[in-house]
Amino acid sequence: MSEQAEKKYAAYICTGCGIGDRLDAGELEQTASRDGRMNVVKQHEMLCSQDGVQMIRNDIDKEGVNHAVIVGCSRRAKVEAFAFNDIAMTRCNIREGVIWARPDTEEAKETTQEMANDYIRMSCAEIKQMNKPSPSGQQGRNPNVLVVGGGITGMTAAIEAAEAGYSVHLVEKSSALGGHVARLHKRVPFKAAPVGTPNSPDANLPMPEDTGIGDIIAAVEGNDNIKVYLNSTVTKTSGAPGRFSVDISTESGDTITENIGSIVQATGFKLYDPENLPEFNYAGSPDIITNLELEELANAAGDGPIKRPSDGKEVTSVLFVQDVGQNSSDEGRLPYDSGIGDLVSIKQALYFKHHNGDGCDATICYDNLRTPGAPGEDFYRSGQRNGVIFTKSEVKEVVPGDSITVKMHDKILDEDAEVKVDLVVLDLGMVPNSGPDPYAANEALEGMSDEDRAEELEAQEAHAADETSVKVESILNLDYRQGTDLPHLKHGFTDSHFICFPYETRRTGIYAAGPVRRPMDMKQAMDDATGAAMKAIQEIENAAQGRAAHPRVGDLSYPTFRKEGCTQCKRCTVECPFGAIDEDEERYPQYNEARCRRCGTCMGACPVRVISFENYSVNTVGAQIKECDIPEEWDEKPRILVLACENDAYPALDQAAISGEEISPWARVIPVRCLGSTSLSWVTDALNNGFDGIIMMGCKRGDDYQCHFVRGSTMAAERMAKVGDTLETLNLEPERVVVHEVAITDIERAPALIKEMEETIEKVGLSPFKF
Amino acid sequence: MSELNKAMIEQYRNSFLSEVEANVEEGEWVKMCMQCGVCSGSCPLGKHWAHPPQEIFMMIRAGKREEVLTSDSMWMCTSCYNCIVRCPRQLPITHIMHGLATYAKKLGLTPKNQPTAKFAEIFWNNMMKKGRVNELKLGLSLYFKDGFGPGIKEALRNKDLGMKMMKAKRMAAGEFFGGHGVKDVSGLQKMIKKAQELEDARMKKFDEPEASQDG
Amino acid sequence: MAKREYSYYPGCSSQKGASSSNLMKSVDTMCEELDIQLNEIPDWNCCSASIGYASGSELPRLTLSARNIALSEEHNKNQEIVATCAACWLATKEAAERLKEDESMFAEANQALAEAGLKLQNTTPIKHMAEVIVEDIGIDSIKEGVKKPLEGIKIAGYVGCQTNRPFGIAGESFENPMYLDNLIEAVGADAIPTYEKKVQCCGGALAFSEPEKSQEMIKGIIEAAYDNEADMIATPCPLCQANVEIYQDQINEKYNTKFNIPVVYYSQLIAVAYGRSASDAALDGQLIAAKQLEDVAKK
Repeated sequence: MSEQAEKKYAAYICTGCGIGDRLDAGELEQTASRDGRMNVVKQHEMLCSQDGVQMIRNDIDKEGVNHAVIVGCSRRAKVEAFAFNDIAMTRCNIREGVIWARPDTEEAKETTQEMANDYIRMSCAEIKQMNKPSPSGQQGRNPNVLVVGGGITGMTAAIEAAEAGYSVHLVEKSSALGGHVARLHKRVPFKAAPVGTPNSPDANLPMPEDTGIGDIIAAVEGNDNIKVYLNSTVTKTSGAPGRFSVDISTESGDTITENIGSIVQATGFKLYDPENLPEFNYAGSPDIITNLELEELANAAGDGPIKRPSDGKEVTSVLFVQDVGQNSSDEGRLPYDSGIGDLVSIKQALYFKHHNGDGCDATICYDNLRTPGAPGEDFYRSGQRNGVIFTKSEVKEVVPGDSITVKMHDKILDEDAEVKVDLVVLDLGMVPNSGPDPYAANEALEGMSDEDRAEELEAQEAHAADETSVKVESILNLDYRQGTDLPHLKHGFTDSHFICFPYETRRTGIYAAGPVRRPMDMKQAMDDATGAAMKAIQEIENAAQGRAAHPRVGDLSYPTFRKEGCTQCKRCTVECPFGAIDEDEERYPQYNEARCRRCGTCMGACPVRVISFENYSVNTVGAQIKECDIPEEWDEKPRILVLACENDAYPALDQAAISGEEISPWARVIPVRCLGSTSLSWVTDALNNGFDGIIMMGCKRGDDYQCHFVRGSTMAAERMAKVGDTLETLNLEPERVVVHEVAITDIERAPALIKEMEETIEKVGLSPFKF
Repeated sequence: MSELNKAMIEQYRNSFLSEVEANVEEGEWVKMCMQCGVCSGSCPLGKHWAHPPQEIFMMIRAGKREEVLTSDSMWMCTSCYNCIVRCPRQLPITHIMHGLATYAKKLGLTPKNQPTAKFAEIFWNNMMKKGRVNELKLGLSLYFKDGFGPGIKEALRNKDLGMKMMKAKRMAAGEFFGGHGVKDVSGLQKMIKKAQELEDARMKKFDEPEASQDG
Repeated sequence: MAKREYSYYPGCSSQKGASSSNLMKSVDTMCEELDIQLNEIPDWNCCSASIGYASGSELPRLTLSARNIALSEEHNKNQEIVATCAACWLATKEAAERLKEDESMFAEANQALAEAGLKLQNTTPIKHMAEVIVEDIGIDSIKEGVKKPLEGIKIAGYVGCQTNRPFGIAGESFENPMYLDNLIEAVGADAIPTYEKKVQCCGGALAFSEPEKSQEMIKGIIEAAYDNEADMIATPCPLCQANVEIYQDQINEKYNTKFNIPVVYYSQLIAVAYGRSASDAALDGQLIAAKQLEDVAKK
């Protein structure tokens, strides 16, 4: 930025919330001006008040202050009051971080003041390395949403986005809209019985309902904001949110290129292939059918009875086998349960009660009956009340014949039984229609040396080019460095960060909705579609302004690199959890900041430290480490550096202080965007500076990750596995550097981990690197 | 269709369930059981039931007519109502068990020498004589339910208790000759007879399946 | 205090010379003290308890109770029916509810009643005496009238089954009802909140037909009272009282225990605490003498 010419630094010290009582504010001011070399240092008894904020505002507007340190509460408090977006700013946490974390006693006074002085020194050093972030100006507002998939999920997302005023391009592979739902005879009811419905065998309980799919299709077709492409696929997606360029290959064989702001992938599911399950003999009789085939039988029945496929005989008995090939640890079967199959079978059993009369026996063989959703329990009762027989049992074999014989083990009566029925319906699991997982082979990389890893990656790349197209067809055909489609998490479902941020995938601006991200029913898929449409809209607006998506919502900083220093090692392009970095023709990294989530994993990955953000860099943290005052060895005051993830560990420490947990006076906590951004140089610098111990606190990693940036925590753990070498060269004990997984709820544990390091230092002694 | 086939068809069908719904007190609730087993776990005599309530409900659905109706299980019910108040589906389990017992008795399927079945019968007959229970005669007939010999033995075993009760004026020898009763005995008996007739008229006929091979 | 009047259904075991005649006697005394007038339902009949079901099926059993309600409605107009026996109360209340829910059953019950020249309106509330004490009078009022507090006596409040389930006292839990403990405290004795067999089944009528199975449960009820250092057990239910008290010798014989703990009625506690004699409180009706209550009564 060109406006860096005149930098004017200011520190504003709040003495409210007991800070003034517990600390010597004069000394704090002195530290800021003498050690911190701030141009302006001011105190205020309540900085977050209108008066306090106005004081800062005046300095910015009239005195030319453009770099400010707000000394007071944690950066997580009073965010609105201190929203000075037109300057470079940092927060120095001496409330939660110091006075609330330390006891108010005479003997603690000295170390508490030292702590506060240190944090001020650190923040002043940090601000000097910071610049005001501003948008790159790379993109404008593009109000077009691409929806891939014309089933209930895709259509709902399209309608929601269109009604909010956005243009939608809806691409459907088949020749018609409606997906699976269009094949259904009826749907599971959407609503529970009214409040006050008695719990009795003759209560009025919810029954199967019309699907309403015709109205939804009509609403899509009649909406001027929605353009439908049938018999079409996406053959190329390039760019970034706000400026995606999407090639749609259409029915006529033409390819249309559309400019797209954000994307919803709603490609749904297919049924698990029953041919893989020999014991159920799907191929052995036309009267052994899948749950979707039953829908067609029911549709064909019209107002009359449902007839069995083999000879057209009216069905007088039907048996449903639940969870077929699901919840299985056997190779080739589904390790998960669709969760909705029991609702579907109850619905279908009720078809028979309706079409074929009460005399038609309908038996549901279940192991664990699950009826999720608002109407679930009422619908189960509805099935019972209408005479559907439920039996907790394991179906061992289905034998074709004039009547189908079902061999089962009744788990309540603990005995084998054989039942003869006219028709058997298999409740098959849902298999997601995901594209190929870009990281499918990455597990092979775990624990490899740098050289082997690079080699393996090259090999995979070459391999992938010809293999993926054979195995699973790409859906989005992303023109990204890291593969053509959305990454998976488990069992082939698209990773959707499903607890904290549903729909959010590992590719910014592309949202997964419906059964492609987890098994779900029609109602859930519609809710899901609405949520994903909202996220897609939000991303269009964020991208238009160059703002980050969650969790650093609104962040205008973005990574840049110093080309002269880059060695083209590819670590950043490979390790970015969001596939945000491509490579240009010269094989240099090419940043697509609208895809970037600002976690800094690239920064942590870079061995030559050329990647940085305006307001976050190797230097902003490095300077803090260097400016921390290290007492002489004979003072017997150890120093522990805590690099804490700003999403979980840092708030956990804040909350610990709020809850009255003590935090070691030797700790100096520096928040990091993600442990993935941690540079090995910080560790080396800290050890060389005389820190006695280093704790890195990141989020839970692995399949059940809680890392807000998905892979950041994992990458950090992998990199820090090598920190032992550094310690060895410095001749230091390995236990001085530890990495912990810390959750936001670890309010007691987080301070205890620091205490633990205190004990370790007591055991191994102070660092020999104190000068 | 062969007899064997017919017997097999009875399984996991609604035939016995329909019979229970029509003829057993609160039988229409049986289908609403969700097989959680809380009833079985709540029964104070649970360990003595060959088939706890949860299982009885499943057996009804599985069409095990004879096994259910000849079972000793429902006679284990002490009418403590623990199952009723704990049942998440609010099934009147106690009543269903009583109802099954009544129905089994009516069909003559109660196991021989089932003590509670006998006692219950003695109780009813004792009560019906005068409209109120004669505790002394009830006790004596209970002792002699298995015949004269065992009766004397049982009476002797309990004679100390009897003496104590008499001493506390909580048992009266005079009850043996006459004792308490309602004045309008004949009205009461006619009333009960009528009630029984009305109820019998409501009963549906269900043929017992010829083959009882319902393993 | 205005006199309260109720239509009284004592039940078979509360007759003279019957197994809970001591309940009857102490209830009479208690009601005198609490200014309650009990008007016995003329010519009431047995409810068939919860054991009549082998021979008496649903409608005949409901009709038995319907007869009592009809008689009460005819002779004790506008009076709530009060029962002291858990089984009587339960059978009567259950019949009233069933016949309210099921119109055809109600019609048939009336058809049967007509044979005895009776007609059921089925509008009368059916109460247990414990409800009268807890809801109509109130534990606080009971406390006010105490003349001789039962100080230093530790009493395990044994509520049992049918006073508690399925209807119970409004506002109380099925698993841990508190009113009996509150009543014990109100008369100056010490309740035992940790008494874990408070709502355990004693076997009910199966004490006669399945003595071994029942006595195993009764043993647990008594053992828990001893474990909690109770001086005696108090209960509102006549069958509970009888079962827990009278089989102690047989249990001692079988299990080699030395049980000898008095089992009394709540009504006896109130009678004694209100200053009445041992005989008015029917303490002579105990098989195992409640010595401490006798001592208070003598004071």
